[in-house]
Amino acid sequence: MRVLAALLLLLAALPARAEEVVLGLSQSNVSITTDFDGSDILIFGAVKREIAIQQDPPLQVIVTVEGPLEPVTVWRKARKLGIWVNAEAVEVDSAPGFYAVATSAPWNQSISAVEDLRHKVSIPRAIRSVGAPMDIMDSEAFTEALIRVRERQGLYKVEEESVDLRESTLFDTSISMPANISEGRYLTRVFLTRAGRVVAVHESEIQVGKVGLERWLFTLSRQMPLAYGLLSLAIAALAGWGASALFRAIRSA
Amino acid sequence: MQIYLPIAEVSVNVFLLFGLGGMVGILSGMFGVGGGFLITPLLFFMGIPPAVAVATGANQIVASSISGVLAHFKRKTVDLRMGLVLLAGGLIGAALGVWIFNLLKSMGQVDLLVRLCYVVFLGIIGGLMFVESLNAIFKSRKGAAPKRRHHGWVHGLPFKMRFRTSGLYISAIPPVLVGFAVGVLAAIMGVGGGFIMVPAMIYLLGMPTKVVVGTSLFQIIFVSAFTTLLHATTNYTVDILLALVLILGGVIGAQIGTAFGTRLKAEQLRIALASLVLLVCGKLALDLFITPSELYELVSR
Repeated sequence: MRVLAALLLLLAALPARAEEVVLGLSQSNVSITTDFDGSDILIFGAVKREIAIQQDPPLQVIVTVEGPLEPVTVWRKARKLGIWVNAEAVEVDSAPGFYAVATSAPWNQSISAVEDLRHKVSIPRAIRSVGAPMDIMDSEAFTEALIRVRERQGLYKVEEESVDLRESTLFDTSISMPANISEGRYLTRVFLTRAGRVVAVHESEIQVGKVGLERWLFTLSRQMPLAYGLLSLAIAALAGWGASALFRAIRSA
Repeated sequence: MQIYLPIAEVSVNVFLLFGLGGMVGILSGMFGVGGGFLITPLLFFMGIPPAVAVATGANQIVASSISGVLAHFKRKTVDLRMGLVLLAGGLIGAALGVWIFNLLKSMGQVDLLVRLCYVVFLGIIGGLMFVESLNAIFKSRKGAAPKRRHHGWVHGLPFKMRFRTSGLYISAIPPVLVGFAVGVLAAIMGVGGGFIMVPAMIYLLGMPTKVVVGTSLFQIIFVSAFTTLLHATTNYTVDILLALVLILGGVIGAQIGTAFGTRLKAEQLRIALASLVLLVCGKLALDLFITPSELYELVSR
């Protein structure tokens, strides 16, 4: 009897343990090969629980995939002497090269603003910008531009109601990565929320990297740039001479 | 069919790239220009990062120029001596050009510099060539013999050299200076510089048009090879895969272009090149003055 009471107390003390995410990924590696043209990643999983499903408030699922963080300079053009030139710059300290958010419900039903701030779920929260130079009053415009440009390139996206959740237990979604993604570790997070509050988080990683010829050429260009440069010249010289010889042979034949 | 470029880190259509290389190759063979002034902006439009487009363009120019110059060697229309003198200036100029390029890149203004260079030089040269060629055509229609140009001040300079193939006996200083100026611009603009050198050789040095094309191709090979190496070792921006596809299209195009070029009259050739130069210049100038649809630009390191 005392053991049971202790167990109950433990369950009450750790509400986050009540529901847990068991995650599956269609692939934990994305290989950039010569014919790489983007990739779709299937993210699926189940909610593990030891208690009966609580129906109210309903369970919601948010999935995020975040590329490597890097600093970005955002330039704004202005007209000077009639022509458009880069006039002002804001350094964004760290912004993910890729960021996708998928939710099972409309955004405002999925997560509250406070929880978004704490867990950095939405795109503006995922970007960290410490400050702009003193003479720039509207630094938010620069961050907005960063998001706008990357959304147009397919690098940032919010897909509401694209997570399929069945019986508050099984969920799946598909995140498409464009061909212009960068290499590195991609953090995958799954949030379970109720009434906008995060009740469980699960993190996992996807490795994106070049393989084969792509890997070899990239490594050579960074580690032995002179050899790489000479190789590219040798190929150019060979191709130039080869075509000339070939055409001469065709003409004389 | 898409191909992923390892250095540019983008995926592009192979056939589009191949066609672009082929088109520029035809121009290269016809006019003796490397075609870089077309290939670099067109690569921008395809979404290739500007730094990669500039460096890889230089590599592609090496191949198409070699292919073109071999055809000119066969017809003995290359002035080797003049080519070497131009080259001496060109190598020094290219080194300075890459240095300026990297300096402005760190200041975030390299895009503007490149565009301004294009507009100014394409505009001046295209305009001059167009007017001159029109005049020449009208004169030959009237039946008057084309006047041989003489440059008093060029003939007054020291270090005179005899350039037999060109039929010239002039000082080495103007060719070295021409080579140097073209070298600087070539490195900054990511072009071979043929479109500047060809008119400079005709109007400044007074070389015969037939020799000009082969000789400028000869000089361009080495200057752009040097530029390629500088970009590969300082910026790591030469993309071999991108260059290879462009080259395959380019070398084939260059052979076709050389065959075309021999069938056209010198004046027609010049007026065609002038129109093309003016067209590219107009497009680039428009982009500088029209309000862009996106006022912001991202630069990641």
